[in-house]
Amino acid sequence: MSLDDATVRKIAHLARISVAEKDIAPLAKELSGIMDWIEQLQEVDTSAVEPMTGGADMMLNWRKDAVTDGGHTDKVLANAPESHEGFFGVPKVIE
Amino acid sequence: MTELTQLTLSEARDGLRKGDFSAVELTQAHIKSMETNRDLNVFITEVPGLAIERAKEADHNRSHGKAGALEGLPLGIKDLFCTEGILTTAASHILDGFTPPYESTVTANLKAAGAITLGKTNLDEFAMGSSNESSYYGAAHNPWKRKGDPRYLVPGGSSGGSAAAVAAHTCLGAIGTDTGGSIRQPASFCGVVGMKPTYGRCSRWGVVAFSSSLDQAGPMTRTVRDSAILLAVMAGHDAKDSTSADMPVPDFEAALSGDIKGLRIGLPCEYRPDGLNSDIAALWDKGVGWLKDAGAEVVDISLPHTKYALPTYYIVAPAEASANLARYDGVRFGLRIEGESLDDMYAKTRAAGFGAEVKRRILIGTYALSAGYYDAYYLKAQKVRQLIHQDFVSAFENVDAILTPTTPSSAFPIGENSDDPISMYLNDVFTVPASLAGIPGISIPAGLSSDGLPLGLQLLSKRWDEETLFRVAGVLEEAAGFSGLSIGGEG
Repeated sequence: MSLDDATVRKIAHLARISVAEKDIAPLAKELSGIMDWIEQLQEVDTSAVEPMTGGADMMLNWRKDAVTDGGHTDKVLANAPESHEGFFGVPKVIE
Repeated sequence: MTELTQLTLSEARDGLRKGDFSAVELTQAHIKSMETNRDLNVFITEVPGLAIERAKEADHNRSHGKAGALEGLPLGIKDLFCTEGILTTAASHILDGFTPPYESTVTANLKAAGAITLGKTNLDEFAMGSSNESSYYGAAHNPWKRKGDPRYLVPGGSSGGSAAAVAAHTCLGAIGTDTGGSIRQPASFCGVVGMKPTYGRCSRWGVVAFSSSLDQAGPMTRTVRDSAILLAVMAGHDAKDSTSADMPVPDFEAALSGDIKGLRIGLPCEYRPDGLNSDIAALWDKGVGWLKDAGAEVVDISLPHTKYALPTYYIVAPAEASANLARYDGVRFGLRIEGESLDDMYAKTRAAGFGAEVKRRILIGTYALSAGYYDAYYLKAQKVRQLIHQDFVSAFENVDAILTPTTPSSAFPIGENSDDPISMYLNDVFTVPASLAGIPGISIPAGLSSDGLPLGLQLLSKRWDEETLFRVAGVLEEAAGFSGLSIGGEG
């Protein structure tokens, strides 16, 4: 299973990473190399196996669904490249 | 007075208790070492002023009978832990200028125990790498060199800066994180002790996330005792990380009894592939001999799915990374590259802010999670991960610990493995299986290669049994008698 150029363009868009057109083909080759190596997983019979979905073998703790912290607008915005009146600033999204 | 940077962490702790020297003197000595070792590029950010201020407080606390477990001990912190008011970069361009308004739980625990932060250590970008070469701040260098070869070698990765900082005596110990070997592999390359605890032992809160079902913080030190001392402070339940274990933290230092009589140690045949480096095979055999001499019983075991661990990891970790790294969008922190639209800004910011390896992994992860491929890759990898986990569960029905090499090679020159991603991934062939299984592992410096570089042996135990791991590691360390680098000296 190899990744063609169109697939690379699609996943780069899904991941919101712009890739120059000249870099698409080399990237497709590189990613295909990795996916071809990963393909060996298909040899393993997993028909009766439950997926392991996390790193811990334990029940997670329950807690009350309650507000425990907040009111730190200044701290939250302190690292933002752009902010206005207590909000993050972004390019216009509505025409 | 003994050169203060030559002390182990436990010796420095005891010296401070006895009043042989002050925390300020101890900290100044390490700041000087940090300055003279700048050619190694092990620190991204140094905070000597803060460190001295904290050392004065530590001396004050001690004189008022309020000394914590690590009072006055200077440490290096991998620059993946958020530290309040101190630049935190994850060695990525995309986090330019990010100064966290909060402290990670692990570093907060260290702080509360009186430890002093000297600075933030270098790493592979977002902890993705095995050589520390993918850092936006430049490669960190291994303080060890091959006999008769002046070239700089990699310190391993991703916690390469932490490993090299400890090996070069710029700090008494450091903390790292291990997702697939990122503590144990650099520890092996730099001749220090690197410990990855059981998944859930340390809180992940405030650690820049890479792969959330695998990431785990751990200590990097010059001795096993130092490792036990640091882990006891780092570990513990944290309500802010739902996967942190709500169970008591044992006294790990007390586990160092030196007695392993009757313990059963497993040797997995899959870790001795054809063509295993002969220095490493010989060291492994020596390790077996040391444990036998100490009264342990050594048995051959099999972990049949070992060969599938790396390809499993390279689906699971990138898939989780692609989700975790979605937050770097140029809106809330770090780098922003303006675009014609919001989407264009995201794509340009992420293109400029992430390095090649990080992009590769995000794209692989995005592919593995995308419609039509989820079952074939991500679900498949999760199932194989279960089989790898079961291999260990079965093995630990019969043995108390497992002994293997840590790495398939010693440290290599900068640039040597950078052309082919898969050859770089193979560095973690012996460390990744334990990461997938969530079990603890420790790398002990055990000898030198024929060209004079450190080599580590890895011990693994079942979940939550770090005490057995430390106990066996202590015996192995004593038998190996490995001597690290002397002050500012050659290997």
